[in-house]
Amino acid sequence: MDEAPLRADLILEYPFTRTTGPVVGAFLTGLREGILIGIRRSDGTVMVPPAEYDPVTSEPLTEVVEVGQAGEVVSWTWVDPPRPQSPWDGPHGLALILLDGADTPMFHAVLVDSPGELATGMRVSAVWREEREGHIADLAGFSPEVDA
Amino acid sequence: MSGAPDGEVRLPASLRGVEPVQSVRTPIRLEYDYRPSASAESYLRAYADKRIIGHRSPVDGAVFIPPRGVDPRHGVAISEEVDLPDTGHVGNFCVTHLPIPGRKGLEVPYVSAWIHLDGAAVGFLGLVRGCPTDEVRIGMRVRAVWKPDDELGTTAENILHWEPTGEPDVPLERAGNRSFHASQPDAGGDTGGEADA
Repeated sequence: MDEAPLRADLILEYPFTRTTGPVVGAFLTGLREGILIGIRRSDGTVMVPPAEYDPVTSEPLTEVVEVGQAGEVVSWTWVDPPRPQSPWDGPHGLALILLDGADTPMFHAVLVDSPGELATGMRVSAVWREEREGHIADLAGFSPEVDA
Repeated sequence: MSGAPDGEVRLPASLRGVEPVQSVRTPIRLEYDYRPSASAESYLRAYADKRIIGHRSPVDGAVFIPPRGVDPRHGVAISEEVDLPDTGHVGNFCVTHLPIPGRKGLEVPYVSAWIHLDGAAVGFLGLVRGCPTDEVRIGMRVRAVWKPDDELGTTAENILHWEPTGEPDVPLERAGNRSFHASQPDAGGDTGGEADA
């Protein structure tokens, strides 16, 4: 019997920290402060998350605007189980969420227990972590809005 | 329209006067389950016996290390393994003064070098120790320092580092990579290096 084939764990890690610039920095500052922001585009619409340049005209964008903390699910998928390095511990939804006051949807988790609780068009609102540092993970995700 | 002067970013009231975030952590971690090729497997198993294996080109006899099963210059397969000695010379080197974040057991400054084994046409990477860093030089003769026999495994880590032998240097014009003129008499499949100097 031949010897078993060799194998080894090979792990590459790059502990990058990068500078943000004023626009992405404003988005991350907003996360730390518990608010969501976008940026006004040349045609007057609001893009969330913000980018430094207009994706169509390439003009520099400078007007940061606050948007709502709730919005509508535009599209979604169910993740079960999460991959080992996922920020989320358990099964969860991922969705494109059109926040109130925004014209483009942003991508984040919807914190429900089963895919049956997700639907296109449902209303969700932001769930913040207690400890925030200016990172996308400051936003734990979104949860379904409870009808008033 | 939004009209801020000079592209200056205008913030909503809720973000004015707060400390701005200027950097963000973006760590990357890649986890591989490494399985060696057939030629790499032979190479690694030979290390357990303190042997270093190269591959000899059928075209001109040039010896490549580590063995890859191919002569990359000519695009031909190689199957002939040869044993290489654990002596050679420094073909090129770098003194590093900044530590690698997360890397343990490597005190700065350290010297990483292309080690050109006697009889090999190309070098491979190793650490040079056993002399002050400013005495390391191109052409310096070195030998492998192996782990104790009871710690040997199927790994290139068996060679802890390379230390000076004290022999006369390889002349500069003959030091380093010879794979692009390996068909010349002093660089092919025989011993190369010192022995035919």
